[in-house]
Amino acid sequence: MILTAAALGVLAVLLAWPVPVLLARARWTRRSPGTALILWQAVALAGGLAMIGSLLVFGLAPYGDDLVSAFLAVDDRSGEPWHWIALAAAGLLGAHLLLNLLATVIRAEHQRRRHAHLVTLLSEPLGANARIIDSPTPIAYCLPGPLSSVTVFSAGLVALLDERELRAVIEHEKAHVVQRHDVVLIAFRAWFAALPWFPIAYRAQREVGLLVEMLADDRARRVVEDAELARAIEAVGSGADAAASVWAEPGTPDTLNARVARLALAPLSVAREALIVGSAAALIGVPTALLLAPAALALFS
Amino acid sequence: MATLGELERAIMDLLWRDDVSLSAYDLQEALADRKLAPTTILTVLSRLEAKGFVIRDRRSRPHLYAAAATREDHMAELMHEVLGGASDRVAVLERFVGQVSRDEAETLRRLLGS
Repeated sequence: MILTAAALGVLAVLLAWPVPVLLARARWTRRSPGTALILWQAVALAGGLAMIGSLLVFGLAPYGDDLVSAFLAVDDRSGEPWHWIALAAAGLLGAHLLLNLLATVIRAEHQRRRHAHLVTLLSEPLGANARIIDSPTPIAYCLPGPLSSVTVFSAGLVALLDERELRAVIEHEKAHVVQRHDVVLIAFRAWFAALPWFPIAYRAQREVGLLVEMLADDRARRVVEDAELARAIEAVGSGADAAASVWAEPGTPDTLNARVARLALAPLSVAREALIVGSAAALIGVPTALLLAPAALALFS
Repeated sequence: MATLGELERAIMDLLWRDDVSLSAYDLQEALADRKLAPTTILTVLSRLEAKGFVIRDRRSRPHLYAAAATREDHMAELMHEVLGGASDRVAVLERFVGQVSRDEAETLRRLLGS
């Protein structure tokens, strides 16, 4: 069990630092933002499992050879303090992550509702789920909601773009709504807020936000030419493109350039995408197996 | 059938337009075509007051209501929230440019429906 705890610990460290660094720097992610996001989520999930799992396994190590039998054999008599500390840490960490997620969701919902109210007071309805605010600043953004989302445009944007470019923006925002990017972004925000010692939390959060924008751009590419999409990106970027989650960082020149530049890249082959998704599944499978396999084997032997 | 939000906006528009204090009766008169009950107007005003958009002057009879801040202030607040810290790209006291043209609105509506 100590060995398993050590393996999980190493995995946790890898997934907290070098792996996110490499993933943030990787160039293939630009060519397939969807699979990149799947991999990011796997890294975060596996990292959490490994972190809590290693503490749990180390804490239960004196009581048995696999997780289940050790858990059932826990008593007050044996075990040195380190093991109790590890168990307590596992519990606290788990609770901390869950509570942080809850707090982040509640805070975000609060902010969203306030902003939605402001939008209602300052805009006219436009169609079923859209509103238009009379500001000359060209903006378009998605205001996600638990039940229904609203897409907000400004008069300045409508005046600035031609019909094709408008179509691109509408499709882009629709992607945020339909694919529920707000859920992914909130989950990552909660994850990084809960782990302030995470070395590259800020950079990773920006990277995920950028990938979400690129994923939405891919949807727009289905209906307009890349050149038209590029113009739309730059036009909206001159105002903002606050992504699906509450007030993600607005388009800086870097992110706008990145979004336009990657349009020239060829997409990944299906084979490579399948490989990446498979890796993501394996990544989650490894700590899960380390945690549960010994118990499963003991059960069947 | 106007929703609560639309009604709130209609009332705020009236308060913002002339930058005056109005009573609930004044508002009911101004919105006479909607045939609203006085209690409805009072409820909406209470909500707006609770959210900080409206200030109630209780010294006068009847109570007078005024906008807590100008429309431009709130628009700047909205822009600030949308653009994050990049408020240097937004003139805080931007002039109200004017409505979207009918053609443009029609185009947008059509595109949204597709």
